[in-house]
Amino acid sequence: MLAPATPAEPVIELTNVTRRFVSPDGKSMTAMKEFNLTVMPGEFVAVVGPTGCGKSTTLNLVTGLVPPSGGQVSVMGKPVAGIDPSIGFVFQTDALFPWKSVIDNVVAGPIYRGVKKAKAYEAAHKNLSGHENKFPHQLSGGMRKRVSLAQTFINEPKILLMDEPFSALDVQTRVLMHDELLKLWGDSGACVIFVTHDLEEAIALADKVVVLTSSPATVKSVYTVNIPRPRVASEIRFDPRFLEISRVIWDDLREEVLRGASRDEARVAELQQ
Amino acid sequence: MTNIDVVVDPRTSRIPTDAQVEAAAARARKRHKQLVYFWRIGLLVAGLIGWEVASRMQWIDEFFFSKPTDILDRLWTWSTEGTSEGPLWLHLWVTMEESLLGFFTGAIAGVIAGIALGRDRMLADIFSIYIKVFNSIPRVVLAPIFIMLFGLGLASKVALAFVMVFFVVFSNAFQGVREADRNLLANAQILGARGWQLTRTVVVPSAMSWIFASLHVSFGFAIVGAIVGEFVGARHGIGLLINIAKGTFDAGGMYAAIVVIMIVALAAEYVMTLIEQRLARWRPPALLDLENA
Repeated sequence: MLAPATPAEPVIELTNVTRRFVSPDGKSMTAMKEFNLTVMPGEFVAVVGPTGCGKSTTLNLVTGLVPPSGGQVSVMGKPVAGIDPSIGFVFQTDALFPWKSVIDNVVAGPIYRGVKKAKAYEAAHKNLSGHENKFPHQLSGGMRKRVSLAQTFINEPKILLMDEPFSALDVQTRVLMHDELLKLWGDSGACVIFVTHDLEEAIALADKVVVLTSSPATVKSVYTVNIPRPRVASEIRFDPRFLEISRVIWDDLREEVLRGASRDEARVAELQQ
Repeated sequence: MTNIDVVVDPRTSRIPTDAQVEAAAARARKRHKQLVYFWRIGLLVAGLIGWEVASRMQWIDEFFFSKPTDILDRLWTWSTEGTSEGPLWLHLWVTMEESLLGFFTGAIAGVIAGIALGRDRMLADIFSIYIKVFNSIPRVVLAPIFIMLFGLGLASKVALAFVMVFFVVFSNAFQGVREADRNLLANAQILGARGWQLTRTVVVPSAMSWIFASLHVSFGFAIVGAIVGEFVGARHGIGLLINIAKGTFDAGGMYAAIVVIMIVALAAEYVMTLIEQRLARWRPPALLDLENA
């Protein structure tokens, strides 16, 4: 990709964000502190970190579903106030409407946004390969994810947030979905924040991998993945550059994973006393 | 799954083809079904004959327990010549009218209240205590009050059927809304759903299976409401027939009225199941249904 002539504005910017919440037993917990992250137009950013460190909180802050306790979250240069219509979100678990057929699931977005029914259905009919009238429970996990992607991309999001979207799929299907996602993303020009605990997935897909510390989450380090595009996710894992980058990032991530794990053990021991 | 034994013939040691396996499975299913129907009908017939014999042999007192042939005879006279209080169909219609009106108004009010309170935490916290209080009143004791308030006619029975239905449907609708998947709600919001759209396209469909479960039982409750109302005071209705039969120590008449109500309730249940099946096409079949399919 050529660098744009004028320096572009970041699409998403988190500046010094702190996020505290009150747990059900009334204690104040810090999920995130001094968190800084910028995402440029068309950039694919993967966020990796130990389990339960607050990776998903990043995404919820960008959607406005949770407010920051300190610092600022801006989308397209403006502080977040409610759900921005240019956002698309792919969930970890199934979020298709089980009572709607595949086609009705896909057109849900445009219809919510006031597009005429006939027009919405016309746009949706591409790419569904004969499964339009099935219900989600009749599809395989991979097919359901594909419908979720179609449901998200039909709204033409400029910002795509993905919360471990493929973690429930088996390894082969996951790799196929990576290629599908890269293709859809390439056509859309959206910027992406992709949260995952799978480092290989992060490197295969992203331009930039952000490693978080174990909770409270801050950005530990940011790596640029300079593997040229277009990439083929199913083959990239054999690329020597891929292995090199994996090793470097894993060394960094392992420290946090161990730290998170030992803290969990300490907490369990404390509870048992 | 049903286990099907397809035996490999030792003489030819040929492995059965798919068609043979399918045929064997179909036979096993059919046999199972026939067996179920055989026992169902057999038990009914045995029960009725036992009753009849016990009554004729005076093992049980016919005066209190009547006997199936008497009841059948009574039903025949009622439907051809009418009852002492006028045609049977008039009484049946009055009871049905009361039940249906009470059922629909109660169900609609229950669904609306359940969804409103399920969606609004504040309303729920304020009203939940009052709903608990009113729910603790045994509904039947309201019958005399309603008759005092609304008179001997239709209105008092509809009111009683209404309160019988309302609380059941309300609490299920409320629970159904509370159990709506948070991910689905978040997804709909990000896709662009706002306010009423969210309620109509996500919350109500999520709660639908809960609501239907309550509608099944609550039609029975509506009939109970109507009949209890008729016991306490009415000019028409099946409840009145039972009350008169009781007054004249006419056991046959009481049982005949019960049979009429049973048939009506079963028919209503059947219609409800049909509607539910149509509305719930999207749901994966339950494990048990798969095994019996």
